[in-house]
Amino acid sequence: MRFSDLLGMAAVALARHRLRTGLSLLGVAIGVTAVVLLTALGEGARKYVSGQFQALGTNLLIVLPGKTETTGAFPGFGGAPNDLTLQDARAIRRRVPQAELVVPVAIGNETVSHAERRRQTIVIGATKDFLEARRLGLAHGEFLPDIDWERAMPVAVLGPDLARELFRDENPLGAIVRVGDARVRVIGVLEPRGTQLGLDVDEVVIVPVASAMRIFNRSSLFRLLIQVAAHSELAHAQQRVVGIISERHGEEDVTCVTQDSVSGGLNAILAVLTLAVAGIAAVSLTVAGIGIMNVMLVSVSERTSEVGLLRALGARRAQVRALFVVEAILLSGAGGAVGLGVSWLLTRLFLAWYPAFPAAAPAWAVGAALGLSLAVGAIFGVLPASQASRLDPVLALRKT
Amino acid sequence: MIELEGIWRTYQMGGEELHALADVSERIEPGEHVAIMGPSGSGKSTLLNVLGCLDRATRGTYRLGGREVQDLSDIELSRVRQAEIGFVFQSYHLVGRLDAAGNVELPMVFAGLPRKERRRRVLEAVRAVGLEDRMRHRPAELSGGQRQRTAIARATIMGPRILLADEPTGNLDSASGRQVLDLLEQMNAAGLTLIVVTHDPAVARRADRILLLGDGRVVRRLAGSEVAEIAQLLAPRVGEP
Repeated sequence: MRFSDLLGMAAVALARHRLRTGLSLLGVAIGVTAVVLLTALGEGARKYVSGQFQALGTNLLIVLPGKTETTGAFPGFGGAPNDLTLQDARAIRRRVPQAELVVPVAIGNETVSHAERRRQTIVIGATKDFLEARRLGLAHGEFLPDIDWERAMPVAVLGPDLARELFRDENPLGAIVRVGDARVRVIGVLEPRGTQLGLDVDEVVIVPVASAMRIFNRSSLFRLLIQVAAHSELAHAQQRVVGIISERHGEEDVTCVTQDSVSGGLNAILAVLTLAVAGIAAVSLTVAGIGIMNVMLVSVSERTSEVGLLRALGARRAQVRALFVVEAILLSGAGGAVGLGVSWLLTRLFLAWYPAFPAAAPAWAVGAALGLSLAVGAIFGVLPASQASRLDPVLALRKT
Repeated sequence: MIELEGIWRTYQMGGEELHALADVSERIEPGEHVAIMGPSGSGKSTLLNVLGCLDRATRGTYRLGGREVQDLSDIELSRVRQAEIGFVFQSYHLVGRLDAAGNVELPMVFAGLPRKERRRRVLEAVRAVGLEDRMRHRPAELSGGQRQRTAIARATIMGPRILLADEPTGNLDSASGRQVLDLLEQMNAAGLTLIVVTHDPAVARRADRILLLGDGRVVRRLAGSEVAEIAQLLAPRVGEP
């Protein structure tokens, strides 16, 4: 028996019961749509986060006060025996030749006001190299001046959204704003950049690091950003940085991570999450498979006398079995194709709404979803098909 | 040639043995027209199923064209049915979703014949049964006689040597029944061995011989012309339904 004949006979049999076929097909289509769409979203999230890290550069070392091994706390959240200071930063700049940029960063939450308008926002204390280290750009004015790190200076650079909120249509450059109790002059406005690793850069105030530490009344830095000249020197620079801080503090009480490792870790987590979500969605395909099995069992029961006839006409058991299996595979395969079409359409719609989110199902997910839908048909079609092929032709012919 | 030697077909019914066929021995020559008659439950259909290799004898020897078939594998029996035996049923057994041509084509699909060859043979077969103009109609759009002629075209499409017909006119009016019997007789005259199970003496009369079955055994062998005798034997007695 030719495969094209098998396919043709299966198609004719399915077309006979349009509603039943349509409903079973819908079940598989929903399952495949769920797998592909959720994978697309998961993959989109992974690419989005990865893109955020890439945007910050891959040659970045981040030093945080505290060490998980010594304190048991998350680095940067209490338990640090020694402060991470501007002197530490200065020592690193002096003694690590691979360090292209060293940026001490202090972060806090303060009220920022201008005239009657005020709001609570993130205040970042940094130096002039922060702009390059975080790959930011200026829309107006200038960034922090190249001054001694210990020197507090009453100047600030605003994120574009914050500038708009505080100044509406006025030009903020040269205007005075209050950051906590300090009065500072606006010298620049950042280019819109959106959220970078959970921090909405468009809403921050950036002041010199010494000014920030004074505003927050804090002696410890939040972290150090170190940009290394070449990616190949990252590991060596990391060792040097930890060595210098340990030497200064008398113990290893900082955590030094590379942008790569954070990005890689997150990537791995999101990839596992994507797989898990796709796996959960695949359960719906199993449910659809049971639906197909049910439909095929009904079909075998309805066509018992037909099976008897086919056997009388010389059809072998294997041919009868193949007839029903191909029918189930065709049903689930068509459902898979419809599901792929729908998921492609939904992904396009999603991208139209959120163009910044790179949602796209990877080729493996599309292939796996289609393969899975065909497998579902094959697996759940086997039982009804075997039942049909085992029918006694004499008894089957008697059934009307 | 069909040779049956001591054929038994036994079923287990609640621990008891029921003999649907009991020691049937018969020889049917190529091109013969044989009618099988007998009351309900006498084993007519069972004999037809055994002859058609749809059922296996419990005991005995069945030789078809000199080859013993009772011990053949399922696949080999399928091949025998496909190539050597055609079936015609009382209720036609046409596939409702296929048109007449599609139904006639079915055995060739399972035999794996090329599409072109199938089309040619279908056209020939529907012409032979006078259904050329109805070949694209589905069974529901055909009369009883047309359905049975479609079934006959399907039964003979693979060029079998034997045609087994189970009450072929049972669901037909007398005019359609006559047409169908004429068609079967034409085929028989062309060399096809025809074995018909029937209750109808008018059908049996056309046969070369009649086998009368009772309780699974051949109780009488008569010529077709002696059918009146059998009709008497089979007539319901007073008090019977």
